[in-house]
Amino acid sequence: MIALDQLKSTRNRKAYFALIGGIIALLAVCPLFLNNYWLLALNNIGLYSILALSLNIVLGQTGLFNMGHTAFYAVGAYTAAILNTNLDIPVLWLLPVSGLLAAVAALLVAWPVIRLRGDYLLIVTIALVEILCITLDNDIFGLTGGTNGIYGIDRPILFGIKIYKEWQFFYLIWGFLGITVILFSLLEKSRFGRALNYIKQDETAAEGSGISTASYKMMAFTFAAFWAGMAGTLFAAKMTTVSTGSFTFAESAMLFAIVILGGAGSIRGVLLATFVLIGLQTAFSDLKSFRLLVFGAAMVMMMLLRPQGILPPKPHRYKVDRYMSDLPEPAFSPKEQTTREVKGI
Amino acid sequence: MKTLLSIHSLTKAFGGLVAVHGVSFNVKAGTIMGLIGPNGAGKTTVFNLITGNYKPDSGEIIFDNKNIKALPPNRIVSLGIARTFQSIRLFPGMTVLENALAGRHCRMKAGLWSSLFRLPGQRNEEKRAIKRALEELAFVGISHQHANLAKNLSYGNQRLLEIARALCSDPRLLILDEPAGGMNDQETEQLIDLIRAIRNRGISVLLIEHDMGLVMEVCEQLIVLEYGELIAQGSPAEIKSNPQVIEAYLGVEDDD
Repeated sequence: MIALDQLKSTRNRKAYFALIGGIIALLAVCPLFLNNYWLLALNNIGLYSILALSLNIVLGQTGLFNMGHTAFYAVGAYTAAILNTNLDIPVLWLLPVSGLLAAVAALLVAWPVIRLRGDYLLIVTIALVEILCITLDNDIFGLTGGTNGIYGIDRPILFGIKIYKEWQFFYLIWGFLGITVILFSLLEKSRFGRALNYIKQDETAAEGSGISTASYKMMAFTFAAFWAGMAGTLFAAKMTTVSTGSFTFAESAMLFAIVILGGAGSIRGVLLATFVLIGLQTAFSDLKSFRLLVFGAAMVMMMLLRPQGILPPKPHRYKVDRYMSDLPEPAFSPKEQTTREVKGI
Repeated sequence: MKTLLSIHSLTKAFGGLVAVHGVSFNVKAGTIMGLIGPNGAGKTTVFNLITGNYKPDSGEIIFDNKNIKALPPNRIVSLGIARTFQSIRLFPGMTVLENALAGRHCRMKAGLWSSLFRLPGQRNEEKRAIKRALEELAFVGISHQHANLAKNLSYGNQRLLEIARALCSDPRLLILDEPAGGMNDQETEQLIDLIRAIRNRGISVLLIEHDMGLVMEVCEQLIVLEYGELIAQGSPAEIKSNPQVIEAYLGVEDDD
């Protein structure tokens, strides 16, 4: 029976790796046969995936309600736009700078509110997006260009190649996404990732087990903002123009929905949900007014039929075989079922 | 014997209700000490004050010559006081191994960046932590369950997992809040062996328990609380014959 189970799980695993390999291979060659419209859609999906994965760390893994994630995306995009257009710094060099600025913004916002209950944090993050968009629209310090935004951002240059065609951006964005997936998968199964999960599952137990919950929440929030800021730089470089229209509350809510529908805390789930939801958005773009109807119906169906998400996170597996052979004996001997004499006062 | 934990006139009130009033006692290193008393006597409140979940209104809590009264719970764990909860608090959707690893967290160092890039130091630390967590799981007798989700364990095994998680943090004092709650007789017998084995590793144990059989058998010192105040202290034999304790538990004897 056990052997059969093992065989089955090895076969499943092989099939799973074959599927993943197939998807990667398909993605690697798809610019050869896809036209610009579909490449644009895929690039959109790629950018959203990076963003959704970063939100997944906060919302999915730590269980913090953040519905203002695009604020940090906006900070990253505007930082890249301002520094590139004013100081002519190559836009890809600005990746860490934009990330850091977004992280600082997150730190300032989260500091006073991170200890609050989930619903309060939700409200604060919603307000954050609104305030930020209004501030940017008001051309603050004459830097953000008002409602027109900032245009004329340089094309990115990678290894001496100027990236401006849709397929070139495809490789840049999906390459970045690939790195994100790999790093975040490593993070998930580490001391850091586990700490976030403990907080989500039971904050009191986490604190009582020695985890500094407040500082881990801060770190998760700030790190996710850092990543969103970098995604913002990619966005600015691709569009060559940024304006607040791309960072509205609706976009934030969309990201929130992606993480919840995909399966909070599950990287594969979030990727699939981004593909489906952003794909739907593109496919239904001719029927703009019906789009939200389909979207809403999908949300209701999911909440009724599969509230844990499309692909909820799987339990982590650790390599334990090498330790199992020389473990200590239990502290007690297995005993026969006996009735115990009742002693006491 | 050296005093490990020293509590001086500890007081905590919730609104108008004084849950703990002027309680003082010492826990010596290497002993098993029991905290008993009727329901609502303030036992769990005392535990929550020691572990930092509540802040005392007044009084001092000295652990190993350090005043820990103003510290947050996670700092207290890293100083060497680990606990289990009265109502089991595991991480239900995570594996048994990961639950045990939670206790190891405070003895590990890997941060965000070394986790993100899986640096060699992080990998080694992770291996050592997994080995240690499995050893503690084996010590409480549930290592074969390491890959199961915590919520799928039996009630008794969930209690054992909480103890394993606490042991992973290298405690010098282990605080058990009703460890036998919901256990059958066989499991309680094993728990007695386990508590003794923990003490034999040099870890002091402070426990709350309603199972008087267990308390009388395993504890070397007892403290009795009633209405938030300490009414008796001594060996199980002394406590058993203490009239005040008998009154607290059984009421005053009638003539008929």
